[in-house]
Amino acid sequence: MMDLHSPASALELALPSSKDILRQTLPNGITVLARENWSAPSIVVEGYLQAGNLDEPAELTGVASYTAGMLSRGTRRRSFTEINEIVEAVGASIGFGADRYITGFSAKSLTEDLDLVLDVLSDELRQPVFPEDHVEKLRGLRMTAIAERENDPRQMAGLTFQGLMYGAHPLGRNLLGSRQSNTAIGRDALVAFYQTYYRPAGMAVAVVGALPAEEAVAKVAAAFGDWTGERPPRAELPPVSWPEAVREGRVPMPDKSQSDIVLGWPAMRRLDPDFDAARLANTVLGVFGMMGRLGANVRERQGMAYYAFSRLQADREPGIWLATAGVNPANVDRAIEAVLVEVQRLCDEPVPAAELEDSKRYLTGSLPLHLETNDGVAGTLVDLEWQELGLDYLLDYVARIDALTVEEVQAVAQKYLRHPHVVAVAGP
Amino acid sequence: MDMYLLSCAGGATRCGRSVTEPPVARSQTGHSPRIIKKIHRHAIRTTENSDVSQLNEIHKTTLDNGLTVVMREMHHAPVASFWIWYRVGSRNEVSGITGISHWAEHMLFKGTPTYPQGEFDKAVAREGGVFNGMTWIDFTTYFETLPSDRIDLALRVEADRMVHAVFDPEEAELERTVIIAERQGNENNPEYLMGEALQAAAFQAHSYHHSVIGWQCDLETMTRDQLYGHYRTYYTPNNAVVAVAGDFESDTMLARIQELFGGIPAGPTLPPFTAQEPPQRGERRVTVEGPGSTSYLEIAYRAPRATDPDYYPLVVLDTILGGAKGMSLWGGGASNRSSRLYRALVEADLASDAGCGINSTVDPYLFSFSATVREGRTLPEVEAALLAEVARVMDDPITEAELQKAIKQTRAQFAYSSESVTDQGYWLGFSELVADVSWFETFLDKLTAVTVADVQRVAQTYFKPALRNVGWYVPANGQGAPPEGAEIGHAGEVEHADEEMEAQ
Repeated sequence: MMDLHSPASALELALPSSKDILRQTLPNGITVLARENWSAPSIVVEGYLQAGNLDEPAELTGVASYTAGMLSRGTRRRSFTEINEIVEAVGASIGFGADRYITGFSAKSLTEDLDLVLDVLSDELRQPVFPEDHVEKLRGLRMTAIAERENDPRQMAGLTFQGLMYGAHPLGRNLLGSRQSNTAIGRDALVAFYQTYYRPAGMAVAVVGALPAEEAVAKVAAAFGDWTGERPPRAELPPVSWPEAVREGRVPMPDKSQSDIVLGWPAMRRLDPDFDAARLANTVLGVFGMMGRLGANVRERQGMAYYAFSRLQADREPGIWLATAGVNPANVDRAIEAVLVEVQRLCDEPVPAAELEDSKRYLTGSLPLHLETNDGVAGTLVDLEWQELGLDYLLDYVARIDALTVEEVQAVAQKYLRHPHVVAVAGP
Repeated sequence: MDMYLLSCAGGATRCGRSVTEPPVARSQTGHSPRIIKKIHRHAIRTTENSDVSQLNEIHKTTLDNGLTVVMREMHHAPVASFWIWYRVGSRNEVSGITGISHWAEHMLFKGTPTYPQGEFDKAVAREGGVFNGMTWIDFTTYFETLPSDRIDLALRVEADRMVHAVFDPEEAELERTVIIAERQGNENNPEYLMGEALQAAAFQAHSYHHSVIGWQCDLETMTRDQLYGHYRTYYTPNNAVVAVAGDFESDTMLARIQELFGGIPAGPTLPPFTAQEPPQRGERRVTVEGPGSTSYLEIAYRAPRATDPDYYPLVVLDTILGGAKGMSLWGGGASNRSSRLYRALVEADLASDAGCGINSTVDPYLFSFSATVREGRTLPEVEAALLAEVARVMDDPITEAELQKAIKQTRAQFAYSSESVTDQGYWLGFSELVADVSWFETFLDKLTAVTVADVQRVAQTYFKPALRNVGWYVPANGQGAPPEGAEIGHAGEVEHADEEMEAQ
């Protein structure tokens, strides 16, 4: 294995750190991050501002993503059609998407077209006009997406899982929302959501590509520096409680061929001290090699599923540790049983040293692969900023993972996975 | 390992939109690579006014045993991607053994004496790598992307399993149900069901008739010995292409490839391929009925192979009608909201999604259009609007501005694809497979040479009404009606389960 601690290692040179990330906070509270990459004549701009679906009124679920979808639908300076034409004509793209706390944006272009892209991006974020006809156009697209979801077992299993896990807790809100809420959202609600929450304070913008970092920061400052304001403080999130008994939901979809299963437990926040050990435990459980132990059991040994893997989701809010699989309807109970057996084993038996070492090496060794493209680096910079990990997080990352012990991995599995689970199944 | 629907392979499989045949690659990250529809396009020239480094040149060699090697050094990051391509896919399958190429691909992950079942995936993952296998109509391919100082592992495993895959009978039996599960997962998707039926209608004599995963009856009855025979027949150095991109020295890499692959004897002559699709004499229509409340439309025309001069004007047409297509294996395609189809179908409130794509294939395959019918609208309305756009490119020339836009968009996609060694490895190998690696190098030049008149001529040649195949997915719950009990008030983004969340 490459010596990751030697100062001259190729990997360390390749890792973004305070040595090559330029980070500046503008007077209006926007943090700008820039890193140069001269391998291709292209550039990525990625970032977020502090508006998410946790800010939604409960009866207007979906208003955050609906608002994000409206940004490109017309601004004071440009119509929807004009925006599409000038952006796509140069092979660029600009997109928006809401999440729980934030609304993210992402743009990509040739370096020669960056000024245009920043101009349009700033226009969309700062001066959207929410044309009435486009509110209706977008509503139709969202209703069709909801109809497609109702006919997709994988999405329905996920939706049902979230409902069972969170009930009326704000984390149970779906980003797209329901038929009912999407019918209720009018232009006024979109404008109100925009005006309340779309503010520069707390915004982050990362620029990665073939441009000097100082120039990148100056361009962002020119596009956003004179925007001012701050959103109202956030409501505190109610605590998430462990299920006291197993919760199970089934969505009958009789004419489908396969059933999809989502099974999981509440997990920790990203900054929780348990996170690293849990990430390693999860790699053993359902990621490493061919989907970890879950893949080995459910797919390789029992031939039951094409996919069976686990994921640990952790953000500012408490996350979820989940396993998912798609199986023949006759095998649903057997597959759930197999997942629970593997989870039990992770809790009961220490992970053999060699197996743990494999997963550590995967977690650390695959770093360069995530950091090869502008998108990969920009996503990483935004994540470092949002999760408050610090610019030199990656330099310490290998040592943090290496230091984890068999005991810590078992303890974290026991702490989170010994509670009653939540499981949702959609299919025939 | 899969992505057998590897639309990218050039194309719009389930037709056109620049998206996202969902899941299912068996990458060890559990990622679900979104395969972009089309992806033809090639060659990088840097943009006029940038002083960014040029891509290194491509080296191509053939070993004495017939193995073709194409390489491109890229030193921007300490990673390298190694690909091996076999000239065998569902195109080489006959009735009774449809899906055998894809199943054989799965069996190459089931062990050799050197890397027993499960050891290969662990070996790559423990070195921090990603891997996958993909089967498509024209090829079967495997890749590993690794930190560059560990890329030798990829050469060792691929040289090993070109010859020594075991095809253990018990493992083959277990894999039967995995593949049937994979097929059933696809069947949950209405567009898959319709696309499969439409493909079968469009091809009668040629083996492009059946889907890559194969018919259920063949998956139930195929034997281990048939699978092994298929492997022995097609997995030979003279039927393979190695493609490598990334941080290595070409001389050293070639020497190592020679060392590991050079001793594998050439195989016997391959079975001759003789199928040719007879001319289509009239429109064909297919209806698939199934659950849900959303209708889907697909219209496919026979298109020329990737080496045909008419292919390039059709790429321009595809870009103007349906937008530029991303070239990344991992998703992130371009938007198509300024395309003609988006304007005529989505902006007009008829469809929620619309697109098209031309496939880049060894034999003539399909140029496909697709649309998702918006709630409250009907299939006939959407079909009429789509066909009106097709008629427009036949009746009237496109503008010079549209042509120049298509070229600029493609140039940008080429630049983006040069950021990733995995994408470059894919395109080098793919090009050599369907044409020659110069196809990739000269792609932008060929596209630039296309004229407005060429585009109208190919539209008139290939989009004749008598040559179209029309597919309708007709949902049981009709237009716009919500299915019973479907209202869900809240819940989740477990879609995210597909994505690796952490940025480390």
